[in-house]
Amino acid sequence: MPPSFVLPVLPDGRLEQRIGESKPAYNEAEAVTEANRCLYCADAPCIRACPTGIDIPTFIRKIATGNVKGAARTILAENLLGYSCARVCPVEVLCAGACVYNAWERQPIAIGRLQRYATETTLDNGGMKALYASSLKASTGKKVAMVGAGPASIAAAGLLAMEGHKVVIFERKQVAGGLNSLGIAPYKLKANDAFKEIAWVFDLGDIELRTGIEVVGGDFTIEGKITAKSLLSEFDAVFLGLGLGPDSALGAKGEDGPGVHGAVELIERIKSDAGLSLAGVSHALVIGGGNTAIDIAHELALLGVQEVSMVYRRSSEQLSAYAHEIEYGMKHGVRVRTERVLTEIVRDASGAITHGKLAHAKDGKAVAGTEELVPCQLVAMAIGQSRATDVAKAFEGVELDGKGRVVVDAATHRTGNAKVWSGGDCVNGGKEVVNAAQEAKLAVRDMLRALAG
Amino acid sequence: MADLSIDFCGVKSPNPFWLASAPPANTGGQVMRAFDAGWGGAVWKTLGNPITNVSSRFGGIDYANARMMGLNNIELITDRPLEVNLREMYEVKKRYPKHTLVASLMVETREDWREIIKKVEDVGSDLLELNFGCPHGMCERGMGSAVGQEPKVLEEITRWVVEDAKVPVIIKLTPNTGDINEPAEAAAKGGAHAISLINTIKSLMGVDLERMVPTPRVADKSTNGGYCGPAVKPIALFMVSQVAKNELSRGLPISGIGGISNWRDAAEFIALGATSVQVCTAVMHYGYRIVEDMIEGLSDFLDSRGMKSVSELRGKALGSYVEWGELDLDYNIKASINAESCIGCNLCYTACMDGAHQCIHIPGRSKEQSEAAGHYHIPAEIPAVPVKVAGVPAGRFVPVVDDHECIGCNLCALVCPVPGTITMVEKPGLIGRKETWNDRVDQGRDLNPGSLDSTVARRAKR
Repeated sequence: MPPSFVLPVLPDGRLEQRIGESKPAYNEAEAVTEANRCLYCADAPCIRACPTGIDIPTFIRKIATGNVKGAARTILAENLLGYSCARVCPVEVLCAGACVYNAWERQPIAIGRLQRYATETTLDNGGMKALYASSLKASTGKKVAMVGAGPASIAAAGLLAMEGHKVVIFERKQVAGGLNSLGIAPYKLKANDAFKEIAWVFDLGDIELRTGIEVVGGDFTIEGKITAKSLLSEFDAVFLGLGLGPDSALGAKGEDGPGVHGAVELIERIKSDAGLSLAGVSHALVIGGGNTAIDIAHELALLGVQEVSMVYRRSSEQLSAYAHEIEYGMKHGVRVRTERVLTEIVRDASGAITHGKLAHAKDGKAVAGTEELVPCQLVAMAIGQSRATDVAKAFEGVELDGKGRVVVDAATHRTGNAKVWSGGDCVNGGKEVVNAAQEAKLAVRDMLRALAG
Repeated sequence: MADLSIDFCGVKSPNPFWLASAPPANTGGQVMRAFDAGWGGAVWKTLGNPITNVSSRFGGIDYANARMMGLNNIELITDRPLEVNLREMYEVKKRYPKHTLVASLMVETREDWREIIKKVEDVGSDLLELNFGCPHGMCERGMGSAVGQEPKVLEEITRWVVEDAKVPVIIKLTPNTGDINEPAEAAAKGGAHAISLINTIKSLMGVDLERMVPTPRVADKSTNGGYCGPAVKPIALFMVSQVAKNELSRGLPISGIGGISNWRDAAEFIALGATSVQVCTAVMHYGYRIVEDMIEGLSDFLDSRGMKSVSELRGKALGSYVEWGELDLDYNIKASINAESCIGCNLCYTACMDGAHQCIHIPGRSKEQSEAAGHYHIPAEIPAVPVKVAGVPAGRFVPVVDDHECIGCNLCALVCPVPGTITMVEKPGLIGRKETWNDRVDQGRDLNPGSLDSTVARRAKR
């Protein structure tokens, strides 16, 4: 059988290629030494802090004993995306943040790096197929459709394929992986490494990827589009891994025009578009106080933009970005300006951005008469993303909450339509890859019961 | 500052720290560098008839991140010409007259012994150490531990050497014997002036699972070697104290050997009866420089205990080493966990559940949950004291010791990673007065755990 996932070839000269890794891979000696520091706690707090509940002390002990393959099995048993999560998880606020060593004023165990060592060492030698060769099930003849090829769908697809179900993934873009491929800060995970993981998952069974296809409402299927109705009739089950919609706009004067980017869109271009250039950009403003804001600000700083300011309308205590990410970004030159609002983007006669007009803010609102002009040539908007509500609404019975999130049963992740499950950002409003992996796991457990019927 | 100098069979040494007969005492250049670093004496690498060594020679065993917790070797005695060794020994003694130079010897016939004794005495050796301990290679030729394991042979050779030697004779014993008292008594009967122990323990270091050859590997084969290093210290302490207490050998000075890495180890050997101590593995690992800490640490320790000299420490702990039958059955301790420093790792809990007496409880469980976890006795109250440290999620509690079930075994305190967090607290005894097993046997209330004969013998002795 030919490989079911052909690794996409990204053009050479992407900006992400210039950025190094913040937590480089451990070699064997480093991993074993770090693993031997682990106390092997009973009822360990790190396990409880992991959204997928990986038995962390057990996998770490296996690294220490040289049973690296077993360590990978322990990780993947709870989280099929254990490789990318090892690299993108905010371990500082999850497992490593709960490590008992913190209490003792010692460095917590570098759980993310150990998890990467176990999964990468094992999967680079034969992938998941070799690891699970003896337990993969024969074809059941059942078919499941995934809408969107982000982390939730990839995880769900792998778990279903292991059980012998055929999976077809419909992706609007040309490239699979969603934010894992195109939205993760390059110092954590580069696109090609995300693709590597997708290939491992696809090897687990009969998984087909159809890119460039949009799922729509209505009754008629035209080229490049497929209707929700036809998915519901052709497949035994459907999983919605829709992610989020486009970046939101601020609505400031001068916002329309060149030099203003949505943060998610700009990160995607840094990771995939060899044509993107930051030539002439010495000053940049990033609007927002969340993790996407600090990510793009940090990336711009690493790419040589001399002054990158993250502009947030409320106080520093209210920043929703992780403290460790802000600290790390500031180490590389990111400046955080709190209680400031961008009121206007000033352009010259040619339309190029010359300044941003920043006003002091009180309770998140601009105070008149306090504006100052700050030089900048680029503005990135990181003030949230819209919801992919249209696709969800196309499925009869699927409900959305007031914030546009797909409503599911918390234990089973089944939607209002008995044949439709959902997980990931479209359900939780935008969390970590590890949350998507856990929600996919819960959904698949219920789907397997339903498919066994 | 306490006086660290010692008198070993009439030979003065500036301190009790000697290099053991091993690679660190292989050449004159090495021994002189060691003396410059502060070592008080050196037992030269064993001299004897010419041999050929192999490569490789050493195997190490690690534990977690600790390298070389144990070491073994398949090296034989010196592979340098006798004349070269003698010339260098002469040079060393000439330049360092106050340091202790010990010649370690291993030959076969009485003629060989007579000849080599004369030679090493002529170059100024202060003491002779007869190597009856080496458990690899040489023993296959009827020497080393082959002698140490045959008390009659050991006694006979000891007698030859003592008759011929002008300087005091130390017998180095092998631990590879059923009862260390037998060779020690034989040495005493043969007229030995002192005893050193332990030599290395017969061992296979491991197996190279790729090649299916044990380690250390010589081409496609391996052989058993002699095991030493920090891991053997408890065995050595036991044997040293046996010899120190033995009625026949207890008058003889002891040079203690086995896993000594620092001043504290040395102090322990001396407290159990050693006069000098010999070091090999720690020097092979870290170099001669470790002696600076040994001298300073022992000196400060003696000062802190008000002891004027190292000889005041000798044998101080020996009296409290008794047979099991003399232990107080009324002594009663219970584990106590300090909630201020507990980090909530629960290692004490899991060790007690699976390796001890199921007496440590995790608060917040129902009676049914506790029973399902494997507890047999559930206290009426299990106070839920939160672990008071940053980074630990809410709902985590300091484990609770059930005094009713705790038998005071120490295991929880041994596994706890935070020093001082689990202490063993004395409680009133259940008998109400000191009582030993031997008391009970003497009173006819119990049988001796050994045999009826030994009980009768004990009564007769008393």
